[in-house]
Amino acid sequence: MKIVNKFNMSLYARSANEGFARSCISAFASQLDPTLEELNDIKTAVSEAVTNCIVHAYKEKLGKIYITAEIIEGGILRIKIRDTGCGIENIELALTPLYTTVGGERAGLGFAVMQSFMDSIKVSSKVGKGTTVTMKKKISPRITVNG
Amino acid sequence: MAVEITVKGEVMTALLSGEIDHHSAAGMREKIDSAIDSNMPSLLVLDFGGVSFMDSSGIGLVMGRYRTLQKLGANLHITGASPQIEKVMKLAGMNRLATIN
Repeated sequence: MKIVNKFNMSLYARSANEGFARSCISAFASQLDPTLEELNDIKTAVSEAVTNCIVHAYKEKLGKIYITAEIIEGGILRIKIRDTGCGIENIELALTPLYTTVGGERAGLGFAVMQSFMDSIKVSSKVGKGTTVTMKKKISPRITVNG
Repeated sequence: MAVEITVKGEVMTALLSGEIDHHSAAGMREKIDSAIDSNMPSLLVLDFGGVSFMDSSGIGLVMGRYRTLQKLGANLHITGASPQIEKVMKLAGMNRLATIN
């Protein structure tokens, strides 16, 4: 799998950066000429992953979120979103729709959205060390009709 | 992020605009809840007409208002949702709780 293009960014886990993060990835992904629906899927999945870092990984602490986006040969977008926060004790449980460890109005649908809107998602985590979410989506080439 | 409230009889409409995420949802929630408290509507219309993006934080926003309205014996109606918003809502099964058009 040849990486055609890549960018890295790190940002504070502040909620004000949620919109910034999804806009950056969206701008990068635009190189693959995605449809509006594909672009919205990517933005939504990124928003969920970044929000998880802010709400769950760092809780009261201000940590950093590390984002890598790659374009892989064949029109595949790979996004890694990593934190060095508290980690997830039980990944399987965390991936269960509607499951949430925080009260308030979190719907517990973050991972369900990522799973549904992207082609694949991998979660690796170590308690006390942090979590990495890797998501992939293939952007199908569009047929251009002339005239 | 903005919430514009209009009241006609027992129908209260909250016109939402901007992007709904974890960052903006709290402010929207406060505005809508305070308007529900003062107007006690029998129907709340959440109009997503001005919303350009929504993640699952919007689901929490809708679910929370749905629960409040249930306690008041009032109904919820969702309107103006873009295809992106509708996709997130359908994933959460919102179409089973409220009328969406």
